[in-house]
Amino acid sequence: MQADRGKFEMTRVALTVNDEKRIVETPPMKRLLDVLREDLHLTGAKEGCGEGECGACAVLMNGDLVNSCLVPILQTQGAEIITIEGIAIDKKLHPIQQCFLEQGGAQCGICTPGMILATYHLLENIPQPTLLQIQEGLNGNLCRCTGYMRIFNSVLAAAAKATPQSETQ
Amino acid sequence: MRSNVTEYELTAPRSLDAVLQILADSPDRYTPIAGGTELMVALGAGRLQPKKLISLWNLKELRFIEVTPDAVIIGAATTFTDIRKHPIVTAEFSILAQAASWTGSIANQNRGTLGGNIVNASPAADSPPVLLAYDAAVTLVSTRGIRTIPYRDFHISYKRTDLAQDELLHSITLSRNMHGYTTYVRKVGTRNAQAISKVAVAIVASSNHGVIESIRIGAASLRETPARLVATEQSLLKQKITPATIAKARAAILSETIPIDDIRSTAKYRSVVAANLIEEFLQTL
Repeated sequence: MQADRGKFEMTRVALTVNDEKRIVETPPMKRLLDVLREDLHLTGAKEGCGEGECGACAVLMNGDLVNSCLVPILQTQGAEIITIEGIAIDKKLHPIQQCFLEQGGAQCGICTPGMILATYHLLENIPQPTLLQIQEGLNGNLCRCTGYMRIFNSVLAAAAKATPQSETQ
Repeated sequence: MRSNVTEYELTAPRSLDAVLQILADSPDRYTPIAGGTELMVALGAGRLQPKKLISLWNLKELRFIEVTPDAVIIGAATTFTDIRKHPIVTAEFSILAQAASWTGSIANQNRGTLGGNIVNASPAADSPPVLLAYDAAVTLVSTRGIRTIPYRDFHISYKRTDLAQDELLHSITLSRNMHGYTTYVRKVGTRNAQAISKVAVAIVASSNHGVIESIRIGAASLRETPARLVATEQSLLKQKITPATIAKARAAILSETIPIDDIRSTAKYRSVVAANLIEEFLQTL
């Protein structure tokens, strides 16, 4: 295996992470999750299952919610990535984060970054979701503390507070 | 154990032509990767065998939904989210949109592609039963040219397809002649969200005064590939729905399905539930 190292070229990938242009030299199949955590030291995205089932590594890629453990870094060439670190506005908690805090939507916290990004994505698409739509929007995000009711309440509170469009404008 | 990523090569040509040229010229096999919802799982688990991969993600020649007067043509790298958001697909091919809605989570629907779901060739995949019921056609492309075949002929045996080494699945064509047909799709899994199916059935049928005039049944997890249930269809053609017809259809299902016992379910459960699903549909006619 040692002999194989360096056999393949490292790839230069230019992407935007939380509105900052970044360039990484990396093996092209390295997972976006690992680049975020190891190369860019953004440890908000968590590795839960590593197989796209739990959503703890969820980030936004060109506005779409994706599991960063399933994205080879080369496919982010030129992409805009938003992680949980990029959600706060002017160092103040985003209203979704504030609602999770107030409603007790976070317990151990491992699922929380993914939950908040999934909520962000949901409210972008459906500003006033029904409970059923919230359940579908978050069905790829597992909370092993099983605090789902409080998480749903957090999403409802965030939807009631404002739509994402009006906050970012 | 996780794979060592430095052992893998990934290239991302900017055009379909460039991809096809590489597939044609390379003595080694390149494995196409689109949204990564299958292959990246294998990478994470340390069991991704192919070492040379070629990215199809966001290739515009493969990510499109084209509507003509007669057909809807869906590019192979179109995501399940693209499909769910398309007004004509949701209106005229509602069971495809429904199957797309339960193909993994929203995050996976944003990345997973219809072509990937087909080419991965899992017998349990979510979209193939519906595509079989709609009698879709698939178009395959290489530097040698383009060919279109009925989707029902695409899967040859377990995980083997009709694709040649230098070919890609280009698109899936659905005929816009669904007026007057009744459709049905149901997936049975451990839970609603995200579970891989134990068994799934999709049906497109037409009837006149209670007599079945045409019927196509696509099924997942009942044979070694996604499959049409032809004997069951034959047992129902030109029949009125009576207890005797239903009994015959149930017998036909047992005769032509070869389900397996695995971690998700048992063969016996699968065949009984498949028969129940088809009976559930027949009762609605």
